[in-house]
Amino acid sequence: MLMGVYSLLTASFFVLMDAVDVAFTEAAVGAGISTILMVTVLSMAGRFENRQLHHPRIALFVVLITGVMLVYGTFDMPAFGDLNAPVQTHVAPYYLQQSAQDIDIPNVVTSVLASYRGFDTFGEVVVVFTAVIGVLAMLEFSRKPDTTGDEPAPMYQHKILRIVGKILIPPIMLFALYVQFHGEYGPGGGFQAGVIFAAAIILHAMLFGVESTRKAVSMPVVKVLAAVGVLIYGSVGVVAMLNGGRFLEYNALAENPITGQHVGIIIIELGVGITVATAMMLIFLTFARRVGKANGDSA
Amino acid sequence: MNFLEQYNYWIVIILMMSGFYIVIAHGNLIKKMIGLTVFQTSVFILYISMSKVTAGTAPILNEAYKVYSNPLPHVLILTAIVVGIATTALGLALVVRIKEAYGSVEEDLIQEKDLQQEGSE
Repeated sequence: MLMGVYSLLTASFFVLMDAVDVAFTEAAVGAGISTILMVTVLSMAGRFENRQLHHPRIALFVVLITGVMLVYGTFDMPAFGDLNAPVQTHVAPYYLQQSAQDIDIPNVVTSVLASYRGFDTFGEVVVVFTAVIGVLAMLEFSRKPDTTGDEPAPMYQHKILRIVGKILIPPIMLFALYVQFHGEYGPGGGFQAGVIFAAAIILHAMLFGVESTRKAVSMPVVKVLAAVGVLIYGSVGVVAMLNGGRFLEYNALAENPITGQHVGIIIIELGVGITVATAMMLIFLTFARRVGKANGDSA
Repeated sequence: MNFLEQYNYWIVIILMMSGFYIVIAHGNLIKKMIGLTVFQTSVFILYISMSKVTAGTAPILNEAYKVYSNPLPHVLILTAIVVGIATTALGLALVVRIKEAYGSVEEDLIQEKDLQQEGSE
């Protein structure tokens, strides 16, 4: 629980520091998904830890020394909010001044993410995809026979939770779609939409049980979709190459370079959204089933 | 004196060192993962605080504003958060497998079992 509060605090920090896009993501990922994952794993591993620490004095000493050295290092750093800091004087002014002419969408974060640094973002999406493959490889396939029955979810008897949750799920999904397709004009985009959408599915799983959610969203389809998202992103790059541009050069996608940019950005954001949403869903559903099974065996 | 102008870095350092301490001092693997998450968040805050400009606003272009905060760190951290949760999940998956194989998530006990196994072979 404390983790959730911590993440929500971090998210509000980000809003204060004008990073609305980042705050969005942190609120959904940190306060929602990562807290739930931690709690799921904790429920399996037991609440209490071995109180013995490893040489706490030495550890504290190392930490203090490192901390002091880092603080010493900050004396050369520019002040908080300084307009003339090195960070602000290299590529950032270019992005802020040129993106209106190059790409013509108001949200500079989206244009940097999807267009100027599209290659980088492609890499990130592939990393997320690879992590999902790793989780699936480690947790999805079990040598034990599948013995889980159709027992009702633990939350099922809470009528209020069930009904309120049921009402909330569709608006959350709708909001995710809004964030997805409005990402060019306001804060939002594929990454944020993906995690919000996944949060709705996770809510469903908590209310109605993991097995029923796995049936409702159809696991094989979700697995395929995770790959399709990466494929969409990559194919935009290849199509740009076939049209005579370089990989992920959206200007080549249409007659008018600006239109090309818009088309490219919308399509790759869609790819990102699909991969991120399905990735988060897969991670949670695999964890929850595995851990639920382990708890059932030991009980 | 401009000592207090760098308080953002000090907050980051405090968070970072708390995470670091948890990672090295605790034997519980889940605690270690939580420590790593705290450490990770401190890095996020470091980047975002660097991108802030006094009197600036969120980098969404509008006629009414002249000064914007730096969009580049936002992009880097935005993706880093999502990648971070994916890699954390991978780490937790490893923890789950270790728990299943050894029946414990405490480093000492795991090491003991390993040594016993080597002795019996």
